[in-house]
Amino acid sequence: MTAFLARLLGRLPIGYLQLMHHPGRLLAALAGVAFANVLVFVQLGLAGSMAESVAIPYRLFQPDLLIISPAESESLSDASTLPRQRMFQALVHPDVTGGTPIYMGRSTWISGNDASSSIQFFGLEPDAGPFVHEALAAPLISLSLSDTALVDTLTRFVDMRGFAAAHPEAPVPFEMQGRQLGAIGTVSIGGGFGGDGVFLVSDQTFFQLFPQRSSATPSHILLALDPGADPGRVATELAQLYPPDAVRIRTVTQAMEQEVRYQMTERPTGLIFAFGVVIGIIVGIVIAYQVLSADVADHIREYATFKAMGFRQGFFVGIILEEAIILAAIGFWPGLALSELFYRSLAYLTNIPIFMTPDRAVAVFIGTIIACAMSGVLAMRKLAAAEPADLF
Amino acid sequence: MTETAIEVTALEHFFGDGEARKQALFDVNLAVARGSLTVLMGPSGSGKTTLLTLMGCLREVHAGSVRLLDRELFQSDEISRIDMRRRLGFIFQAHNLHDSLTARQNVMMGLQVHGRGDPKRHALAADHLLDLLGLGQRLDYLPGNLSGGQKQRVAIARALASNPDIIFADEPTAALDKVSGLAAVRLFKDLGRARGTTTVMVTHDPRILDLADRVVTLEDGRIVEDRAGTARNNASTAPA
Repeated sequence: MTAFLARLLGRLPIGYLQLMHHPGRLLAALAGVAFANVLVFVQLGLAGSMAESVAIPYRLFQPDLLIISPAESESLSDASTLPRQRMFQALVHPDVTGGTPIYMGRSTWISGNDASSSIQFFGLEPDAGPFVHEALAAPLISLSLSDTALVDTLTRFVDMRGFAAAHPEAPVPFEMQGRQLGAIGTVSIGGGFGGDGVFLVSDQTFFQLFPQRSSATPSHILLALDPGADPGRVATELAQLYPPDAVRIRTVTQAMEQEVRYQMTERPTGLIFAFGVVIGIIVGIVIAYQVLSADVADHIREYATFKAMGFRQGFFVGIILEEAIILAAIGFWPGLALSELFYRSLAYLTNIPIFMTPDRAVAVFIGTIIACAMSGVLAMRKLAAAEPADLF
Repeated sequence: MTETAIEVTALEHFFGDGEARKQALFDVNLAVARGSLTVLMGPSGSGKTTLLTLMGCLREVHAGSVRLLDRELFQSDEISRIDMRRRLGFIFQAHNLHDSLTARQNVMMGLQVHGRGDPKRHALAADHLLDLLGLGQRLDYLPGNLSGGQKQRVAIARALASNPDIIFADEPTAALDKVSGLAAVRLFKDLGRARGTTTVMVTHDPRILDLADRVVTLEDGRIVEDRAGTARNNASTAPA
């Protein structure tokens, strides 16, 4: 390794040799870098999981446009209701070929072992197949049977194994909101940060479960457009049909991206994750700085000797950056492995969609290099104390 | 005509500012011939180390003139002084070897100051120097595994590795036994004769005086005695 680095650097790899000369300190430094990496990965993983959780409900639907009430319109689940009349108004547009309302409500499901789960209900018209993911179109028709539901096999805190055999001809009974329902099929959606699972019911069953809700006030309206119609243009033209600020019209992709951005930048959870990432980076910088500055302090006489010999500042910068990059490059891998372990454990325990992505791993690796280099730059200030005249 | 390697004229030096300002050197004048071995002597605080660091481009010259290898150091900038230091060799009383580098690697640093080079040739040159100083069997030893005398010899090899024009040394033989100490100084003398390498050293070792061409004594920041060394006297009185 020494010979390889010497060829690479064009000089003796003093930084590498210094680090290897103190294995105890090196291990502590690597543990520190790995710990900081885990902190950052966990926060990024949770943030990514939240973004993924936000996106999942949107992926259930495949409309061309989504009409949402302007109040709390940044979030699919929190948005206020809007008059169904808006759908009929939209159908007047020549490029709008169809529309369907969605009704959303939340309820707590208390299972037999007294565990409770927060369930997000979507109430859909059974013939809304063209507006939903193709895998849901067929089971949706079966929901026309009263008091039936498609239940989420990934629902947290509830043993869903008994629902695996749910079928329209052999419904699995369960109780919700004081009503006896029958599961006639399953979906695999999973909970996010706002709930533990997602159940799909027909609009009529939805009104039975949530009697205070009215068919006249859906949560959202889905629109299908003529193939070839430009959704952006149609959205602009539709907006002119409504009173100002009466609705917000977006494509599903736009709405999903906007909600992810909103959750990440304006909601406390997203900000907490972002803050956690910053804390992780600071911890990493501090740990690397401590190691590098201690190393400079320990070798101050040797550095002063090198200064006396005529080595320039660039040489010392090179040594410290060499150490910083080695710490980052080696410390990253145990951090990555521990984070992967953490992701898997968390996903197993909570069913939240948390997993390592290549772009995240690469970004954190580059960030680790930069953070360690910054620590090195800070540690270089100690080099000023290396005064060659004091050696005599 | 004898060539001058170092020429010091009306050199004064101060430490501190304001009321704390203390003068360390007073009107020092000295010319050191190329290839000679000059010993600086004097009690502690006499200014010999300050003079050594000024001549060695390790401090800024405040007043007076120091010409080193025909370059004026007064009002020279830091970059010029660093460039000049690459032509010098330093041997410190505390050897200041890098603890994570082997003896060979420490000596190679003396070569690498001049930039990229062939690592194999650097290693061969380092091995040769260390062998010359009796450390051929200790090439891959870390300083922690060497005795004080061995470390000092590695430090001497490091200083000589870049073939310096001038060697500045502070008690270079303090950690060496009589035989090794004399061998090291004879090496400086040989380099002076063969390459014209000038050596200026601070020492209290009376054995060295026998080999010195010149002995300069300082007291309270002033040169109080400047005489030819025993070597010079012996040379001048030796029968033809």
